[in-house]
Amino acid sequence: MRPLINRSPLPGMRLSAGITLTMLSLVVLLPISALLLKGATAGLPALWTEVNTPRIWGSLALSFRLSLIAALINLVFGLLLAWVLVRYRFPGRKLLDAAVDLPFALPTAVAGIALTALYAPNGAFGAIAKSFGVKIAYTQWGILLALIFVGLPFVTRTVQPVVEEIEREVEEASATLGASRFYTLRRVVLPMLAPAAMTGFALSLARAVGEYGSVIFIAGNIPLKTEIAPLLIVIKLEEFNYTGATAIGIAMLLISFAMLLVINALQVLSRRRIGYV
Amino acid sequence: MSDTHLRFRPVATEPAPVRAALILTSVAFLAVLLFAPLIVVFVEALRDGAIAAVASLANPEAASAIRLTLIVAALAVPLNAVFGISAAWFITKYDFRGKALLITLIDLPFSVSPVVAGLCLVLTFGANTALGGWLVGHGYPVVFALPSIVLASMFVTFPFVARELIPVMIEQGRAEEEAALTLGASGWRIFFTVTLPNIRWALLYGVLLCNARAMGEFGAVAVVSGKIRGQTATMPITIEMLYNEYLSVAAFSLAAVLALLALVTLTLKTLLEWRFADQLAASHHR
Repeated sequence: MRPLINRSPLPGMRLSAGITLTMLSLVVLLPISALLLKGATAGLPALWTEVNTPRIWGSLALSFRLSLIAALINLVFGLLLAWVLVRYRFPGRKLLDAAVDLPFALPTAVAGIALTALYAPNGAFGAIAKSFGVKIAYTQWGILLALIFVGLPFVTRTVQPVVEEIEREVEEASATLGASRFYTLRRVVLPMLAPAAMTGFALSLARAVGEYGSVIFIAGNIPLKTEIAPLLIVIKLEEFNYTGATAIGIAMLLISFAMLLVINALQVLSRRRIGYV
Repeated sequence: MSDTHLRFRPVATEPAPVRAALILTSVAFLAVLLFAPLIVVFVEALRDGAIAAVASLANPEAASAIRLTLIVAALAVPLNAVFGISAAWFITKYDFRGKALLITLIDLPFSVSPVVAGLCLVLTFGANTALGGWLVGHGYPVVFALPSIVLASMFVTFPFVARELIPVMIEQGRAEEEAALTLGASGWRIFFTVTLPNIRWALLYGVLLCNARAMGEFGAVAVVSGKIRGQTATMPITIEMLYNEYLSVAAFSLAAVLALLALVTLTLKTLLEWRFADQLAASHHR
């Protein structure tokens, strides 16, 4: 068996290991253990009673369904943006490239009130939608919009470096063998981008599921219609119902991890099938 | 016979109309989703004129929110930078079992909802828990006070610096540090004269992102802070309060300050990417 730690001449191992493990334990592991401990002491039946209400199932289903749709939209547009920003030259390209990261830098509360002001019935875009009889803010469309906003950079940023590394010769070879451009993109380029795109998709999905700040302003927060799961945790905490909050928190963690596992498995499969990392 | 009528069409790109359509789609998508909300923040803030906007920032509530946010960032960001450097040093300079698990645990905050993170902190340090009760008894309340806001901000930004440094330090290897060691340099001297100059831009990059997120964090802070006016309300929390009270100009003025900070962050980040691409993690090479 491999030794726990290989001896290294470089100093600082104890110090760096000490700081790393202490801070990781204090900031991340201890709090997460407290959540799991709270769940364990409450017991599975009590947690189940808390979660098993139409309002909570509704909010969990809503959160995960809209996050999935938002991540899929971000997958499509992320691939498009990565391709356009790397392959094409046009005025304003660098500005566009820098702007993609805006959702990382802009606080979610700011994004939330800005999107609401824009898409509310009296807002600039909301008024246009209203004239077509569509309501965006305070409906599920508004939530979807906020989730697309917060997850927007992930796919673009994971796919971009891969597009840069594709050798044009591969595409030219495909063309000389008689493939149409669309066929080349679909059968040669897209498989090369798939693993990175999947990673970005997973990150975007994880972010959307847990998102709170940008959503609550635009959602309207009507139970069973536009109430997301994180908001219910906040409501339970305000009622001092810690068991209820814990139950929803654990349910969210479990569903998120299950989804990440599935995506990881898909990634392994796709890598095995096309043999490109 | 002239061959000028032969036109060579590049095969490894899309036809011009398709390219134009894809570019226009991208621009329209970003305009509607990114640029329009950003512009709206400033339009709404300046709705009653610049004087009204600035005046709305001059009240004690906004001033205290700005002060609190700066204090939180001044504590959380350096602490996470120290953690990030330690973790990157530990992970890249030594071989040990469980390294993959350690990296996964460091990344864990990315897959935990900020609200759940806040909930975890309340369940750890809340006044009705064993640890929290003991701390309150000794005069150190954590939840609904500054420490929990700092911890919440640290939780959500925990992986930023480490994730930025680890790939850069793996790429650079250990040879330079080992050479310095054979020349008799001490551990700190090796770090400050050999390692730090190699990672300084990557460190700055990580710190920038960490700072932007720490100053803007909403969900985790909303849960742990108790939203006490003038005491535990950070800038994002105060924006929510003002907005819910229909004080639109005040809310958007404070939001505009944070939006300006975001623009500064993006600008610096982009400059770093252009100027020091070779010294940042590979995914930012552009």
